[in-house]
Amino acid sequence: MTSIIVVDFGMGNLRSVAKALEHVAPKAKVSISGDVSAIRSADRVVLPGQGAIGGYIKALHDTDLEPAVLEAADTRPFLGICLGQQVLYESSDEHGEDGESVKTLGLFKGQVKHFTHVSADPNAMIDPNTGHQYTIPHMGWNQVKQTRDHPMWHGIDDLSRFYFVHSYCVQSELDEDVAGITSYGVEFTSATARDNIFAVQFHPEKSQHDGLRLLENFVNWDV
Amino acid sequence: MTWRSVRESQTPVRKGNFMGLAKRIIPCLDVRDGRVVKGVQFVDIRDAGNPVEVAARYDEQGADEITFLDITASSDNRDTILHVVEDVASTVFIPLTVGGGIRVLDDVRRLLNAGADKVGINTAAVFNPEFVKEASDHFGSQAIVVSIDAKQVESGDNPRWEIFTHGGRKGTGLDALEWARKMADYGAGEILLTSMDRDGTRDGFDLALTRAVCDTVDVPVIASGGVGNLDHLVAGINEGHADAVLAASIFHFGDYTVQQAKQRMRDAGIEVRVT
Repeated sequence: MTSIIVVDFGMGNLRSVAKALEHVAPKAKVSISGDVSAIRSADRVVLPGQGAIGGYIKALHDTDLEPAVLEAADTRPFLGICLGQQVLYESSDEHGEDGESVKTLGLFKGQVKHFTHVSADPNAMIDPNTGHQYTIPHMGWNQVKQTRDHPMWHGIDDLSRFYFVHSYCVQSELDEDVAGITSYGVEFTSATARDNIFAVQFHPEKSQHDGLRLLENFVNWDV
Repeated sequence: MTWRSVRESQTPVRKGNFMGLAKRIIPCLDVRDGRVVKGVQFVDIRDAGNPVEVAARYDEQGADEITFLDITASSDNRDTILHVVEDVASTVFIPLTVGGGIRVLDDVRRLLNAGADKVGINTAAVFNPEFVKEASDHFGSQAIVVSIDAKQVESGDNPRWEIFTHGGRKGTGLDALEWARKMADYGAGEILLTSMDRDGTRDGFDLALTRAVCDTVDVPVIASGGVGNLDHLVAGINEGHADAVLAASIFHFGDYTVQQAKQRMRDAGIEVRVT
């Protein structure tokens, strides 16, 4: 029986992720846990997250889970969701408690930027159809352009819509790390992939059929 | 590396592929003591079923989110909404918002832990605006929807709307546009805007109000109050500039399905999620 851990370090609601995994993998053992040994022994690891990244990375440091998470990201099928994607990059310009940009895990080259700081063009975040600024957070169902084939995309049409809610977005430096992009005034990396890691900005657990399919693909992903 | 180089390097992206963020349709379920009800003008309440079944039906029809408004009066039954949220969140995998009676951080925490994605804060925001700040600091603004109930107090060339509480009975003197700006500044991730003049009338959204609020804040706005037919939904987006439209009775009593609503919006040139 495959075991899946949803990593918990006290940052918000993880029940939805766990429920969705249970729904697509009734035979798997799905647990929400902040226990280092449980994370070390799990077959598959999900790193979810919402809220502000400063508090998120601090909680990750403070709970001693960081080594276990890094080890999982190095060795087993690993799915990052929302902040769980952003935190894999080098830094975020979402201000930490000291007002500086936040240094993150650095497994992927690139930065996390506020939508309004991505482009130097002041009109980038103006909707050409309405002349009005794109609302922030980027909230709702947007399309993901699959930039390459990947087992996690199986059964999901290119340009399918997923549910997003975020104000900061990933700007990857390396094309080979990108599995999907989305456009909201500016384009950003909505799906990241390398080896055993897949990470998405959107919420598969809230993205109905296509989101559940992605989670099912994760459960069956043979790295 | 700039966004431009990312954009140029990530082939095979062809311009025109992206259709953009979809406008959302959100059915709203009034829930009292664990059962779905719908108040017409908040007075004549009829029972329209089991929340889990109704939510699942809307999910099948392609609802983009579901909102519950908890109108449970007795404090003894306050926890029934938590069970409803738990049950719905285990069967329906789209975003859930819960509003009604949320006053302290622990109310927010318990709802989010039960499976809600966002909570709607209404009266508590009016009496204690700092609560919105605290809640968004704690849980992130993505989880905080501020509900604004507005009523027109001046018409003519310079219309004004004010915030009302207690189901539209009590005025507060707060200007609706100023209040919307303040709530966005305080960390509201989204605004649910209800016209108390139109709620329950089926005469359509107050488009002037909707447009005024949408054009004054940078966070997404959900238009609510007064939907009687599908063209009202279209008008809420195209004329009101709303990011999402919320309706209850036209869906509850089977006048239209969410699917039909999306088809009408598509026909009007609005980008929607097709399921």
